[in-house]
Amino acid sequence: MLALDRVSKTYPNGVQALARFSAEIKQGEIVAIIGGSGCGKSTLLRAIAGLDSASAGTVTLDSEAIGSPHAKIGIIFQEPRLLPWLSVADNIGFGLADLPAAERREKVARALARVGLADKAQAWPRELSGGQAQRVAIARALVPQPEVLLLDEPFSALDAFTRRDLQDHLLDLWADTRPTLILVTHDVDEAVVLADRVLVMRPRPGRLFDQIEINLGRPRDRNSPLFENFKRSVLTSLDRSLDRNVPDRDATQGPGQAMWW
Amino acid sequence: MSRFAQHEPTLPLQGRVRGALAFPDQTRFLPAMISDAPVLQQTSEPAESAAPSRLARYARPMLGILLPLILALAWELVVWLGWSNGRLVPPPSRVFATITELARSGELVPHIAATLWRVGLGFAFGVIAGTVLGAISGYWSLARRLLDPTVQALRAIPSLAWVPLFILWLGIFETSKIALIAVGVFFPVYLGVMGAILSVDRKIVEVGRTFRLSGFAMIRRILLPAVLPAYVVSLRVGLGLGWMFVVAAELIGASEGLGYLLLDGQQLGKPAQILAAIVIFAILGKLTDWLIEVAAAPFLRWQDAFGRAKGA
Ligand SMILES: Nc1ncnc2c1ncn2[C@@H]1O[C@H](COP(=O)(O)OP(=O)(O)OP(=O)(O)O)[C@@H](O)[C@H]1O
Ligand SMILES: [Mg+2]
Repeated sequence: MLALDRVSKTYPNGVQALARFSAEIKQGEIVAIIGGSGCGKSTLLRAIAGLDSASAGTVTLDSEAIGSPHAKIGIIFQEPRLLPWLSVADNIGFGLADLPAAERREKVARALARVGLADKAQAWPRELSGGQAQRVAIARALVPQPEVLLLDEPFSALDAFTRRDLQDHLLDLWADTRPTLILVTHDVDEAVVLADRVLVMRPRPGRLFDQIEINLGRPRDRNSPLFENFKRSVLTSLDRSLDRNVPDRDATQGPGQAMWW
Repeated sequence: MSRFAQHEPTLPLQGRVRGALAFPDQTRFLPAMISDAPVLQQTSEPAESAAPSRLARYARPMLGILLPLILALAWELVVWLGWSNGRLVPPPSRVFATITELARSGELVPHIAATLWRVGLGFAFGVIAGTVLGAISGYWSLARRLLDPTVQALRAIPSLAWVPLFILWLGIFETSKIALIAVGVFFPVYLGVMGAILSVDRKIVEVGRTFRLSGFAMIRRILLPAVLPAYVVSLRVGLGLGWMFVVAAELIGASEGLGYLLLDGQQLGKPAQILAAIVIFAILGKLTDWLIEVAAAPFLRWQDAFGRAKGA
């Protein structure tokens, strides 16, 4: 279990990005974090990843305190961040340097096939499309089999089709080993499709505002009325978090409005 | 001699491309940009389908030779027709004859060897010092604050101003020449290495951190490959300056070397010999530069360069 206990972060310039954020996330749970721009989502994720340390409060994974990057925690950023001088296969195997070469090759080959890029093993990152590159990044993060995978707006730079494709793909991959997923997103649709639970944050200072359980089986039908209902309650909560009036019905319908930024 | 001082590098801090562009007369260090289309109009993928045509592949480099070839032939013709006696500007045939004459008399090889030896040693020392100090300054900010202002101040001194001092300290012979060349090579390499390290993408370093690379693994697996392209550019800039300074060093006083051939040609009124030395300088300079490029190519295959060095 991943436990966040009153995690706070004040940057050296005095910005209080995160204030007493507490949450408990079960092993294998998928949690989406959503909230206005600048409400500390990335800050929170970086604290969990051990990339930045919290000013106060603790992050513990299975009662082990996290203060620096941990083998059981992987992270995927908004950009693929592939190493341009390594082939696709070597990028995926980047975190497996300690394994014997044969074992590494086998794991990489399996991961490549799993993300549907077996034919791109020897390609350079610059030869990939945005969606392919992000799939490589997902494979690179998953291949060491982390218990927790953090994703900071991983699909926001992609077009709607590719995004949907990768969302389904991510769920597929998740089902293999069922790591805990913590996903920051701007896309209400994405949150409701993927998450067991949506955490809504509120800005200045960044803090937890609301939690919405998504009690839907998988695979989820994006067009079902129930799905729409969950989307609407997330949107409503989001709007309240930004101190805006609840929008009228029409505004929450149509796929365009689902991306509320 | 002051005209050499004007070529003193004015590399701005950081920035690999800016570093290279600060040498407007050294655009040959950016060979990848050579292509038919204006750089900004090139697509990122060169038209592969057109390239394999053998005509296109050989015709493009030939295009560059065309102008000097026509000029040389024209001058040859002018002298041959007797419109000019070609005494001060000897025609290509006489320059070529001088080179073969020097080669036959056995003089040429020792001259070339002496110059190559000086450039090689000076380049080696300059590169080692520039790399080590540049890496320290780039990697360790305390060292940068300590070291960099001094280096920058020294850089502001035209390197040829050191000549009298070097001669006093190190004598008129090889040591002072090699020291001068090393000084010329040092600065672009130092700046290139430091700038390259400072501009390594933090986002990629973060990837290394999330995979918990140790300090040494971080250097080997992230820093070195990230720095390499800029390093190669700085080596090539440094080599160019090494060739420049070997001429200066040999003009000051040498009994052999291509620079000596220049001086000898001037004093004895043999313009053909001067031109012969210049042609050999050009060939050697291009050749050594090409060697660096070829040696680095296998490590830089991943780069998304314009036109992929085809025009080079
Ligand atoms: N390195 C930093 N130094 C100082 N302030 C920072 C730093 N990084 C973020 N902040 C500030 O902290 C607050 C939260 O930033 P954060 O990046 O966590 O927001 P976010 O929720 O991820 O926003 P977005 O949705 O736009 O990505 C912002 O006000 C931001 O200006
Ligand atoms: Mg963010």
